[in-house]
Amino acid sequence: MQALRQPRLLAQLILLLLLAAVPPVMTAIDEPFYTSLFTRIMIFAIAAASLDLILGYGGMVSFGHAAYIGVGAYTVGILSFYGVDNGFIQFPLAVLLSAVFAAVIGAICIRTSGVYFIMITLAFAQMLYFLGISLEEYGGDDGMPVYRSEFGGLLDLYDANHLYYLVFAVLAATLYFGHRLVNSRFGMVVRGMKSNSLRMRAVGYPVYWYRLTAYVISGTMCGVAGALFANWSEFVSPDIMHWVRSGDLIIMVIVGGMGTLFGPVLGATAFLLMEEYLPEILEGTAPGAGEHWHFVFGPILILIVLFAKGGIFGLFGGRERGDD
Amino acid sequence: MTEPVLAVEGLVKRFGGLTATDDLSLSVTAGEIHAVIGPNGAGKTTLIAQLSGDLAPDDGRIRFAGRDITGLRADERSHLGLARSFQITSIFPGFPALDNVALAVQAHAGHSFRFWSPARRDAGLREPAMAALDEVGLAARAGIVAANLSHGEQRQLEIAMALATKPSLLLLDEPMAGMGIDESARMIDLLRGLKGRHTIVLIEHDMDAVFALADRITVLVYGRAIATGTPAEIRANAEVRQAYLGDAHVG
Repeated sequence: MQALRQPRLLAQLILLLLLAAVPPVMTAIDEPFYTSLFTRIMIFAIAAASLDLILGYGGMVSFGHAAYIGVGAYTVGILSFYGVDNGFIQFPLAVLLSAVFAAVIGAICIRTSGVYFIMITLAFAQMLYFLGISLEEYGGDDGMPVYRSEFGGLLDLYDANHLYYLVFAVLAATLYFGHRLVNSRFGMVVRGMKSNSLRMRAVGYPVYWYRLTAYVISGTMCGVAGALFANWSEFVSPDIMHWVRSGDLIIMVIVGGMGTLFGPVLGATAFLLMEEYLPEILEGTAPGAGEHWHFVFGPILILIVLFAKGGIFGLFGGRERGDD
Repeated sequence: MTEPVLAVEGLVKRFGGLTATDDLSLSVTAGEIHAVIGPNGAGKTTLIAQLSGDLAPDDGRIRFAGRDITGLRADERSHLGLARSFQITSIFPGFPALDNVALAVQAHAGHSFRFWSPARRDAGLREPAMAALDEVGLAARAGIVAANLSHGEQRQLEIAMALATKPSLLLLDEPMAGMGIDESARMIDLLRGLKGRHTIVLIEHDMDAVFALADRITVLVYGRAIATGTPAEIRANAEVRQAYLGDAHVG
């Protein structure tokens, strides 16, 4: 089992080291844009990895996880609007509010499963999206600018490298915590519920509470990604909660490799790099082709799902045992 | 007479116009294997589903271990000591056999809101799980992914999962379903080994198995219990012979 996992573990460590090397390298070659791009990629990687906890391990297809990115981002945005820029207040509050939203929304959604779960999570996310639009004071449809969080002189998030390493640290912590979680007793219950929830009930698990807890953990981690996103973009708008954003997260998880935690990091990377460069590449082949980049993007995603079983991460060796 | 482990009184379950359980009463005493037999459609699996808590009855009461459990969920009943196997094999196919049983052990080893320590290195789960696998004769297959076990082994695994919850009552829904002769014989041996140590409600089509194992038999026809008695009494019961066994078949 250890041997089976080693190529993957090695791949993870190498890729994390590469990510850690991005800022100095980009500073050296004077390409600061890439530091910013990879900051954004890692923020979505955090969100995708948290979605994977319930989607890949728990079999719960949440089609509304962008809502929690929104809750986290708006927490930072609204506090900033009122002049509260202290990150030590903003981030804990973002965590708390995402947890509360996830608990309330989850308490209702968890009662359903399958297609109904997909639809009801989507419905709640759309509600929050329209709530965002209705918040005229905070820019409504247009959104509003946000000042980056202050950490009492410890970090200067207006320094791109500081922001980068904050996001990197959160990503690394997310992956480590996720790894502990999925192998813990709780993680085994989550996987068991995906495999056979009737049997889980029969052996004595109150599955509702375990599913709800998993959902809240996942939503809360997404909320942290949202708080980071508001800092990165210095802007929040309802657009980050749009259902297409929730769909993007699902695609990142599936393309990267469900039930692997690190796969979604690769998925987010591939997704956002293609989104960034496909138009440019296509424009180079034929003028005007760039704006139709989705026609190429879609089939590429389909091909990855069809031919790379287990997603991109699946190419790094066999699946872990105990996942199905 | 001591109080029965399980007492069912006036149980009724209707599906639209069909009465699947019709004013059914049943009592199971400690230590016995109580078989429930009946033709297809007699309501055996519906009965098990109500006993285990997967299906709510329309009327009647179920008492277990001295308390009314009619309104309890399946997982709550499990914690009172009720365990079941399913007619259609219900396991965690992607997990190794040992993980399947370890999950059952874990359900009864305190809450599982434990997020940090690796469950697969937890001797408190692995050792009892291994013991349960050993009890059903699957110890050598512990590392095999459950989906790759033979059908008979998967049925044994289900029994191991039930035993791992340290139940005071086992509900076995056709444990021999779909088994070959050899596999059936092994399962009968296994159940005979449990006899006396566990109270068992056994639903089974295999009459040889039922008459070999059961201390008492209840015969269901159209959701009603038409007779309860020892195997000899059931064999001799004219109504049962006519309704179910057929005159030619005398066990």
